[in-house]
Amino acid sequence: MFTHLFTRTALLVGLLVGAAHGAPAAVLQVGNGSEPGSLDPQKTNGVWESRITLALFERLVTYAADGSLTPGLAESWTISDDGTTYTFDLRQAEWSDGTPITADDAVFALRRLLKPAIANHNANLYYPIENARAVNTGEAKPSELGVSAPDDHTLVIQLDNPTAYFLQALAMTEAAPLPQHLIEKAGDEWAKPGTMVSSGAFTLQEWRPQAHVKIKQNPHFYNADAVSLDGVTFYPTGDASAALNRFRAGDLDISYTKVPTARSDWVKNNLGDSLRVGAKVGEYFYMFNLRDGQPLADERVREALNLAVRRKVITKQILGMGQHASHWYVPRGTENGTQGSLDFAEQPMKQRLTRAKRLMREAGYGPDNPLHVTLRYNTLESHKKIAVAVAAMWKPLGVEVELLNAEATVHFAAINEGDFEIARYGMIATINDPYDFLNAYAEDGSAQRSTGYHNDDYDALLKRSTQELDTERRTELMTQAEQMLLDDYALLPLYDYVSAHLVTPEVKGWQTTVLDVHPLRYIHLED
Amino acid sequence: MLSYTLKRLLQAIPTMLFVITISFFLMRIAPGGPFDGERALPPEIEANLMAAYHLDEPLPMQYVRYMGNLLQGDFGPSFKYKDFSVTQLIMQGFPVSLEIGGLAILLALLLGLPLGVIAALKRNSIIDYLVMGTALAGVAIPNFVIAPILALVFGVLLAWLPAGGWNGGALPNLVLPVIALSIQQLAYIARMMRASMIEVLSSHYIRTARAKGLAESQVIWRHALRPALLPVTSYLGPAVAGIVTGSVVIEQIFGIPGIGRYFVQGALNRDYTLVMGTVVFYGALIVLMNLLVDLLYSALDPQIRHDD
Repeated sequence: MFTHLFTRTALLVGLLVGAAHGAPAAVLQVGNGSEPGSLDPQKTNGVWESRITLALFERLVTYAADGSLTPGLAESWTISDDGTTYTFDLRQAEWSDGTPITADDAVFALRRLLKPAIANHNANLYYPIENARAVNTGEAKPSELGVSAPDDHTLVIQLDNPTAYFLQALAMTEAAPLPQHLIEKAGDEWAKPGTMVSSGAFTLQEWRPQAHVKIKQNPHFYNADAVSLDGVTFYPTGDASAALNRFRAGDLDISYTKVPTARSDWVKNNLGDSLRVGAKVGEYFYMFNLRDGQPLADERVREALNLAVRRKVITKQILGMGQHASHWYVPRGTENGTQGSLDFAEQPMKQRLTRAKRLMREAGYGPDNPLHVTLRYNTLESHKKIAVAVAAMWKPLGVEVELLNAEATVHFAAINEGDFEIARYGMIATINDPYDFLNAYAEDGSAQRSTGYHNDDYDALLKRSTQELDTERRTELMTQAEQMLLDDYALLPLYDYVSAHLVTPEVKGWQTTVLDVHPLRYIHLED
Repeated sequence: MLSYTLKRLLQAIPTMLFVITISFFLMRIAPGGPFDGERALPPEIEANLMAAYHLDEPLPMQYVRYMGNLLQGDFGPSFKYKDFSVTQLIMQGFPVSLEIGGLAILLALLLGLPLGVIAALKRNSIIDYLVMGTALAGVAIPNFVIAPILALVFGVLLAWLPAGGWNGGALPNLVLPVIALSIQQLAYIARMMRASMIEVLSSHYIRTARAKGLAESQVIWRHALRPALLPVTSYLGPAVAGIVTGSVVIEQIFGIPGIGRYFVQGALNRDYTLVMGTVVFYGALIVLMNLLVDLLYSALDPQIRHDD
């Protein structure tokens, strides 16, 4: 009798304990690369930061699981016929403290984004908004920005000119509506754990710098029922080998840290089920300094250098992660993608080399009178390997290459100051649109300022393309612009980037996307 | 002793001032700035950033502003880690670095000293060769080689310990980084202790003690050990400072939230205030450690007194 009673009591206690603990929490462990510099979405600039802030702050327009745009806090929107007035209809939603999210929060956030003191890196993407540039340079008050909230659930954004990529810019983390009621009270401290109020599928739980950032599911999220993960822990994993070890040890479900180049074959052979490679909107190319007096000012030389490079040798034998050899500037995976191409792309190598040697002779160079050029690259094993290979490919043309290696900050400072002849460059899309790439070579664009490239026709074509409302016609105009750039041999394209991440097979709902965004709200962990 | 300590602390002021000034201007001379990145910023945006961090002011004015803030104990905001002040970052990172550094130096002493003594006592024996051979390897192999091997073997292949991560300083997470960090110091200490012990054991007063018929254990414990510890003690100051500040690689490999990572990342990112903050902190730490060692040295060696 006593034994029976004891057994029953033990069973009951067991059941109660089990119920109290519930099912094990589904917490995703993510190796996030670097340590976030901030969790204020308007003060971040790195992809490792936006991976967190995109989960914390919902935008008017958001990313679907495949990276395409889908309604977020705005249930729907209309664009005026002239393409300059955007009217958003906001859904009923709440901040994580239960306060309603209103159109005023969106107005507040956009005004804050353009304040000079916020010093947002991507503020220029929002310059199409009426008065935005003036606000950002301190010449106009934030209240003069072309945004208004006629009522709690309607937001109107007035642009100066039609801007095809504008919805893409609104999907970015810096454009998320922010909790005005909290920021006005807490000031700069608002984005700290314990204070932050968020609107996304997750809220901030804990942030231990250099150790981890923990986020947990937000019960106030408008679509909380569809979120499966209980939480996510992000670890800063800067060291590539260490991140690989931690992934292999099972400490990480996802590793966003780059796989070490030297281990790529091993990873492909041993972690094939986990290696997720996909196209990415990013271009790896060599930039030429085109200013007068520079050796690369001669178009014949630039054409010859372009002709002599065997791009597939680089993508297949040096990189080997599925990168796509490119004879174009705008990556092929880009939405509304252009179709420009270097004219010799299909020619046999022998024919290309003959032409390259002839061009060099015409420019006054050859084995007897070699061209001496410097090629700058920033410190990374793969950049070095590519630079050495390209220098060897140019050798038959009578080109003597001096390789200059520098840490990233020094490398990019030299490029920005135009202190280079040929420089390794990589451009990763901020927005999924060819304009993001092409604008760099337009007047006052970053690449234009570095290289000195100037072509009035190019600038005019690009300007026309931004104002064109018909998508096909716009792509056509941008293709013409890209072709112009390629016909000028303004740069030397090498390959389209890919994203290559380690994701355990237990992680479901994770997709490769061209912008390399992976919304956590669609991800679940399989038992 | 008190006046000596005060004098040494006062002497540290010009040293620190020199370190701060040199570091400040060297950082600004270094090519590249905090906002140079893959994509050059439009001039308007760059101007906003420069103004936000007072980098648009003339350099002497920036120096005066920095020194003024420093005197009030304010290291300024980090350019990269914008949600934290440099002081907050140092205060969060230092206890972690101190914990693994302290444990590493403790381990190095606990194992290094007896190993050195044993090797000295068993001089030219197989034990001596074994200890010194291992110590030589420990000195020769850098910790950026040892650490990944430890993580791979014990973290991945055997799965006995975590391959990385801090986990709030849980014991299993401490084991590998502490071992990796201590190996080199352990080897140095063992080699130093052996040499010092051999020297002491061959001195006249030890011979006299033996001649008096003292037991060997008494000779070693009462007469040889204390003087033999002196060189190790003087090495301890730089070693502690070095192990606390130099754990950058270990912190990076095992994902430990210590102060070392801020120094390296700050330098790479041209995060001027963060680099300056860590330099000032490290400088003060090294001055303090050297002072402590001098005081410890005088306690161990009655011939040295600092009463002047």
